[in-house]
Amino acid sequence: MITMAIIARLDRMGAWFLAVLLGLIILVPLLNLLLPPTHPLHVPTYVVALMGKYVCYAILALSLDLVWGYCGILSLGHGAFFALGGYAMGMYLMRQIGTRGVYAHPVLPDFMVFLNWKELPWFWYGFDMFPFALAMIFLVPGALAFVFGWLAFRSRVTGVYLSIITQAMTYALLLAFFRNDMGFGGNNGLTDFKDILGYNVQAQGTRVTLFVLSVATLALCYLIARAIVTSAFGKVLIAIRDAESRTRFLGYRVEQYKLLVFVVSAMMAGVAGALYVPQVGIINPSEFSPANSIEAVIWVAVGGRGTLVGAATGAVVVNFLKSTFTTGFLAPYWLFALGGLFILVTLAMPKGIIGLVSSIQARRQAKAARTASVSKPVEETR
Amino acid sequence: MTARLPSWSSSGLPRILLLLPLLFAAVLLSALPVRAAALDGAIAKFAADSFSDTEAGIAAVATSGVPNAADILEALGAGNLEISADGKTIVYKDKSGRLIDAATAAPIAAPPAGTRTVRVNNRLRRAIEAALGTLTLLAPDPARRMQAAEAIFKSKDAASLPALETAIAAEKDARIKRAFQEARAAVLVMKADTPASERAAALLLLRDRGDQDAIAALRQAMPQLSPDLKSVASDAITAIEDRLALLAQVQNVWYGFSLGSVLLLAAIGLAITFGVMGVINMAHGEMVMLGAYTTFVVQEIIRTSAPHLFDWSLPIAIPLAFLVTALVGIAIERGIIRFLYGRPLETLLATWGVSLILQQAVRTAFGPTNREVGAPSYMSGAFEVFGLSITFGRLWIVVFTLVVFFTLLAVLRYTPLGLQMRAVTQNRRMASAMGIRTPWIDAMTFALGSGVAGIAGVALSQIDNVSPNLGQTYIIDSFMVVVFGGVGSLWGTLVSAFALGVANKFLEPLAGAVLAKIFILVLLILFIQKRPRGLFALKGRAIET
Repeated sequence: MITMAIIARLDRMGAWFLAVLLGLIILVPLLNLLLPPTHPLHVPTYVVALMGKYVCYAILALSLDLVWGYCGILSLGHGAFFALGGYAMGMYLMRQIGTRGVYAHPVLPDFMVFLNWKELPWFWYGFDMFPFALAMIFLVPGALAFVFGWLAFRSRVTGVYLSIITQAMTYALLLAFFRNDMGFGGNNGLTDFKDILGYNVQAQGTRVTLFVLSVATLALCYLIARAIVTSAFGKVLIAIRDAESRTRFLGYRVEQYKLLVFVVSAMMAGVAGALYVPQVGIINPSEFSPANSIEAVIWVAVGGRGTLVGAATGAVVVNFLKSTFTTGFLAPYWLFALGGLFILVTLAMPKGIIGLVSSIQARRQAKAARTASVSKPVEETR
Repeated sequence: MTARLPSWSSSGLPRILLLLPLLFAAVLLSALPVRAAALDGAIAKFAADSFSDTEAGIAAVATSGVPNAADILEALGAGNLEISADGKTIVYKDKSGRLIDAATAAPIAAPPAGTRTVRVNNRLRRAIEAALGTLTLLAPDPARRMQAAEAIFKSKDAASLPALETAIAAEKDARIKRAFQEARAAVLVMKADTPASERAAALLLLRDRGDQDAIAALRQAMPQLSPDLKSVASDAITAIEDRLALLAQVQNVWYGFSLGSVLLLAAIGLAITFGVMGVINMAHGEMVMLGAYTTFVVQEIIRTSAPHLFDWSLPIAIPLAFLVTALVGIAIERGIIRFLYGRPLETLLATWGVSLILQQAVRTAFGPTNREVGAPSYMSGAFEVFGLSITFGRLWIVVFTLVVFFTLLAVLRYTPLGLQMRAVTQNRRMASAMGIRTPWIDAMTFALGSGVAGIAGVALSQIDNVSPNLGQTYIIDSFMVVVFGGVGSLWGTLVSAFALGVANKFLEPLAGAVLAKIFILVLLILFIQKRPRGLFALKGRAIET
């Protein structure tokens, strides 16, 4: 009943998107687990992990599109929320290692023993329990976004100023996490994970499960984001994006709208990071680097800003290109390609891939309408 | 010997007079009459071929004041000093193995007939070493004399006292004389049988020296002092410590200014492109990098084709860097940015793309590793002001930054181009209606900002690693400086750069370099909440849009 209601309210693009995700959830485990490795359609486990990584990026892009595409907040600090979620998951995974570390200390992770620490720092307490870690995955990025957003939106820091201070935020976190004294493993970050919820993170079954979970999370995040942007609340967000002052004069508390969507988006990014870490097996401070956050913005721009589906598509497309480019003789030219992509997308395709597709569709429809000699004016597509 | 002297003084002396500073020549001239007699005496002692006579000979050489006395003694210690059969001439091999006549200090082709080595034993070797130590007190090179004074100050060896007295009497350079006296004071304070009055004077001298070494000397001397002198010494120690604490603060301010000038240099071009034009130029850091690489290329060309021009490499690089980056700036503005005016977020992304391409282009052309950019002679070295050590490199960068800043200010205020730039920023349509070619002014403004960034790169190449990532390290700091100072206000940029620099340096001792930087970033983020338009916000109706 509910499913029917959701499907009924989806547009065609969203339905296609969810269908593809559903297909991935069903097909990839089947092709990986049931087919023998020699079979041409067999999906190797490393490809499953790679695809899982793309899906996590897609969730990050989706969360960024929610604030940038629908509310006009260009956050250059979403990588920080992603990394914080990742660190929360990483801390849980570190505590699961137990005595299997190099120094076999029952409580302290290896790097703390190495640094001659005697006790677990207070902020590591509780991370041995998964529910607590899960809560932190939402709460830590959410809390940072709340404090940051509350300060920024209340004093009406907008546009590029907001972008620059979000960038400063992730830069400050980058510097902080590089310090060994912080208690997050410094330069090396957290790695050498063994178990997640009692299952070996390296095992084929765990990897496939993590992939399925990531895809399901992406679908869920999409539905949430879609519910937000199609609601009355979402209409106000769009109004803020297009004319912030006017919306304020109409009596809406702009900063509250912005704050809520910013916090939701940060939590989504945190979840993406948390799913990312067990699949790549490491989290280190370089995830905080401002370049990562800006790259996430370009995924959204490539796919199509303010389309949700486009953001997720863009993340997958750009990262697939990156993987193919950076392994091979083309590797030195990847930055040329990425840089060119930034310029090309902003100059030539402001609506991204999705915009391109829908404008082609619109043209075809217009042609069809003309050939049917209906003299109804064609609605302009933007 | 006496027969040779005229020929030496007639041919060699005028040349030395021409070549060396007057002071050095005066020292030589005063040493000359002593030299002939003293070396004669020493040679006679060496000729006697007994260890005790040789020891007297060593003392005679040491006090003779001849410029090659140290060489003679070193050769003697190494068993390379030979004396002729008639006992009148000594020759030695110098470090490069040439045979030298000790009296004339000139190389000779073959040793005189029937030479034999002057023998030494361990006791004599010790005597030679002690003599060499005090000899450097009389060395013609001021730097070596200074070193000798510092060495004695640290060793506080009572045996060097007589030599020190001689050196003080002979010293003409006030700075070195002072160092000698301080060394003498350090020795006297430690020596058991120094009279009380001299000891008190020595304590005062040490207090006036006022550095860590003086404190160490005073602390070391404490047990030997009588009770009343003890209080003098402890007062002296507190006085020095207070002075040093104050000096540390002054030093911090200077370091802060130095860091501030680097920040200002990096941000100044951005103050034009971002501050005046409102273009979010994420490729700004890469302009700085291109400037640094221009310096590298200029130096490479100079190294291979005209090494004598090396000191001119920076003055040559400055206009070239300006030109290169200004042209790149024009290309970026005409090719990309002009299509994006009024869409700041898109500009941000596109210029980020440009920055990636520029980085990779430089990496492809020059390799990913750091490139060596040399420092011209005037950039290296340091000098002291009131115990504050200031390196020339830093000083020049501060001066250069201020020159660039005020030149830029003058360009904006007094040139027709500056006038038009300000007109276009204040009211584009009105300026256009007055006949100003606004697109051309846009390009020129962007070129100016980029060119200034390139000039900054020339200076920063002197203090930072020249690598493709150079720009990345400055971009966030630069934006912070401009936003903190107030977008559109050059003076604000100046104040904010120096304020951030000084604040950073004062936080560093408290929290460490990285934490200090994080603090500053957090403070900036909070500051922007309070005053979103910066310290010196422009006021007016046009700003609100």
